[in-house]
Amino acid sequence: MITRDRLLKILEAIAEEIKNQKQFLTDLDAAIGDGDHGINMSRGFEAVLAKLPTLADKDIGSILKAIGTTLVSTVGGAAGPLYGTAFMKAGQVMVDKMELDANDLKKVLQSALEGIKMRGKAQKGEKTMIDAIEPALDAYNKALEEGLSMKKAMNNAVEAAREGVEYTKTIVATKGRANYLGERSIGHQDPGATSSYLMLRVVSENIEE
Amino acid sequence: MAGIVVVSHSSKIAEGIVELTEQMTQGKVKMKAAGGTNDGRIGTDAVKIQEAILEVDDGSAILIFMDLGSAIMSAETALDFLEEEVKNRVILVDAPLVEGVLAGAIQATISSDTDEIKRTAEAARGLNKIQ
Repeated sequence: MITRDRLLKILEAIAEEIKNQKQFLTDLDAAIGDGDHGINMSRGFEAVLAKLPTLADKDIGSILKAIGTTLVSTVGGAAGPLYGTAFMKAGQVMVDKMELDANDLKKVLQSALEGIKMRGKAQKGEKTMIDAIEPALDAYNKALEEGLSMKKAMNNAVEAAREGVEYTKTIVATKGRANYLGERSIGHQDPGATSSYLMLRVVSENIEE
Repeated sequence: MAGIVVVSHSSKIAEGIVELTEQMTQGKVKMKAAGGTNDGRIGTDAVKIQEAILEVDDGSAILIFMDLGSAIMSAETALDFLEEEVKNRVILVDAPLVEGVLAGAIQATISSDTDEIKRTAEAARGLNKIQ
């Protein structure tokens, strides 16, 4: 179970992680994109961190929606509308909720993924965030079907996301700036898939057994 | 009269295009620049675009011109923030930014046919500048 207060802690931890990984994400992006993913994400999540205290008494749907709106107006790069839409879509399915059970988390991940696919007009295999999130969702769902706990299912999801990030090294980018590089994008992991993996990892680490 | 919003990753580009176009149209078309981020970085901001749309809205069509990449995604995100009635009057135009905005704005001063404004702006793609 993730309570509202736990969710606020998770969002804080994500902001902290993004700050710590700022240079790493920027370096990844500099190799195949415009080199601003770390800086942009860091700005966006700094704004999230500043916003969190004002959300302390809200329901989970409102919190996720507010995070989405904050990201679309502060990130600056493609990650803004993509992650922003993901959080806003996730918020839409969690209206008035004060806690998330395993099935709610599935709905959150599912809606976030659908939001990103819709906004980016992308599918799996195009060297994007989707290559981390979709396998993560599949692994999470499979684990729940096998009767695993939310924590264990999320651990599996993170492992699948990590493999997804590795997979992005083997494929050509067809979306965004990396698209201009064509075959030369092979060998580099996708910065967006990497930031998605990092966020999922923070979620998993902060779920109680 | 149709309103125009110019979206660019650079606030200078967006503002410069508005400045240039307003000189050509003598300020007859309502225009608003929505470029860069609030803290002065290169980037786009869906909320800024939404506010620009509402600012130029006088009940007629609103044409959005974007530079590239995430500007398009940010503009599409801005549409999601609008009420249905406004959203239905917004058109995303697939045109070169400088030439497209100029052509579209000039057309808007002589026609209220939104499709024609859009077509004129998009036709700027094939413009031969050097005869």
